[in-house]
Amino acid sequence: MNPPLLEAVNLTRRYDELVAVDGISFKIQPGQCVGLLGPNGAGKTTTVEMLEGLVPPTSGEVRFRGERLTTQLNEAAGIMFQSTALQDYMTVREALKMFSRFYQQPVSFDTLVDQCGLEAFLDQDTRKVSGGQRQRLLLAIALVNNPAVLFLDEPTTGLDPDARQRFWHLIASIQAEGKTIVLTTHYMEEARVLCDELLFMHKGQILAQGSPDALLSERFEDATLTLPTPVMQPAQAELQARFPNARLTASDSHTSVTTSDVNKTLALLVEHGTDLTELVIAKPTLDDLFMSLSAEGDAA
Amino acid sequence: MMGLQRFLAVLAARNREFIRDRSSWAWNVIFPVLLVIGLSVVFSGEDQTRFRVGVLSADTPHALSEQRYTAFVSVENEAEGISKVERHQLDALIDGTNNRYWVNETSPNGYVLDQLLIRSDYQREPVSGAAVRYIDWVLPGILGVNMMFASLFGVGYVIVRYRKSGVLRRLKATPLGAFEFLAAQVVSRLWLILAVATGVFLATHWYLDFTVRGSYALLFLVLLLGALSLISLGLLLASRTPSEELAGGLLNLCTWPMMLLSGAWFTLDAAPRWVQLAAEALPLTQVISAARAIMIDGAGFTDIAPRLGALLLITLVCLLLGARLFRWENQAN
Repeated sequence: MNPPLLEAVNLTRRYDELVAVDGISFKIQPGQCVGLLGPNGAGKTTTVEMLEGLVPPTSGEVRFRGERLTTQLNEAAGIMFQSTALQDYMTVREALKMFSRFYQQPVSFDTLVDQCGLEAFLDQDTRKVSGGQRQRLLLAIALVNNPAVLFLDEPTTGLDPDARQRFWHLIASIQAEGKTIVLTTHYMEEARVLCDELLFMHKGQILAQGSPDALLSERFEDATLTLPTPVMQPAQAELQARFPNARLTASDSHTSVTTSDVNKTLALLVEHGTDLTELVIAKPTLDDLFMSLSAEGDAA
Repeated sequence: MMGLQRFLAVLAARNREFIRDRSSWAWNVIFPVLLVIGLSVVFSGEDQTRFRVGVLSADTPHALSEQRYTAFVSVENEAEGISKVERHQLDALIDGTNNRYWVNETSPNGYVLDQLLIRSDYQREPVSGAAVRYIDWVLPGILGVNMMFASLFGVGYVIVRYRKSGVLRRLKATPLGAFEFLAAQVVSRLWLILAVATGVFLATHWYLDFTVRGSYALLFLVLLLGALSLISLGLLLASRTPSEELAGGLLNLCTWPMMLLSGAWFTLDAAPRWVQLAAEALPLTQVISAARAIMIDGAGFTDIAPRLGALLLITLVCLLLGARLFRWENQAN
């Protein structure tokens, strides 16, 4: 059996008294898109930097194709940092060509331009392109060496929804080619759309790991029914009496009932003659999972 | 081969960055030309209000020691003093031990002092020679100071800016090595300084027709080693500096003493001995002194060899230390 492409083994990183990453272990298989999620300060960026070989672990090790990683993954990794500056007075074309010259076997210039959609602004100063264009350029730079693994650290932070959607399409097309991707993000929708596997980190530890669907179904059996508060009010007492495990959350405008039995809850509301015109039924999302895991982590 | 390719890629990027930055052109090219022209206008008059007398020993003739507006400058050896009298840099030279004095017969100030000294029991030693204009004297200082700023700020400040903005972090994530990166910065700045200094030199030479008695090739060697030593100092200062604010402070700490003590604008002949010794440790002093010796005194390679050696030593020490201490990014801890 082939070894995983990347493997973290008891990875720990300390900064004086602060334990940024606390003995985590996981594997990344070739072709997977793995998302690292967690609140600010969870240790995501430090973990990624150790995987890239940019930051040495205090203890534990990173294995690349089964071998212990001793230097940075120069030729094999493509990295798109959370914030990257390029030299001033450089056009998109010049930036891409400069980075191409750093590698033994770079991807052809035309292929990258085509793949990342850079044609329209190739001769613009890198400081004057839009946020979305800049991210596409930085992605092209990360792909310039045809890397075995692509690291994306919050690649769509600050982009408008349209630019973000376009960027997701671009990442999905790269993923479809079989490229291994490690993605750090604060956007749960981004993680759901792009990732096969998620790692939830909190205070330097992994709290949960699995595919988005598996994680949601493991942790949530319930659905949430929401109605305007005045509409829900008459049935509220009986709902609590009949379904003691259901959770009611009320505000002045809306009341939500989170229950494991949607059908019986709905039947009760119908019995009461509740107007269901504005009823919203929602399954838990990764946002709910994130909130739930963060709360657990804080309480631990 | 890959190393050379990576080096050339970074070199081209840095060159482009400089060439397209118009403010850098203004500072590096236009400013020194204006300074030379401005000083040539300001100092074109010959209205000296005091005499400068070189002394080879502590004894001076009574006829002079009582005079006001006379500065006595200690001179190391007789030949150096005579040379300065010939160039009108000193109005007279006095050897109190052997009761002799030298005056330049073509110098107005020398004539006045001669009238005072001729009645003393000192033996008169006449010399002749044309005056060195202030602009001839100050030109190496202007070029040297401009080179100092271009080297220290053009390399030191830029690297710190790259580090703080994350440019270095991005480059670190490629196979580009620290040596390749630093070498590209050095060469990019070096050709620029050589080109600008040569251009400014030729342009002002054409306009002001200043004196160059020695070899142009030797002058270029001084320029080359001087630029290298100052760029290396810039690299050393920038090797770990985390912010532009600190870099600015460190660079000012280096540039101001050199501005004042390297003899760029005025001679340190009358300064205390310890100040003169401290000034000798500054690379800019070596550059300016060597350039002046070639241009004004017609010095040859052997005359300025110790200064070239000092520049080479400063370059090597700063480069080695700078490369060893260099960090791509600010470390959290």
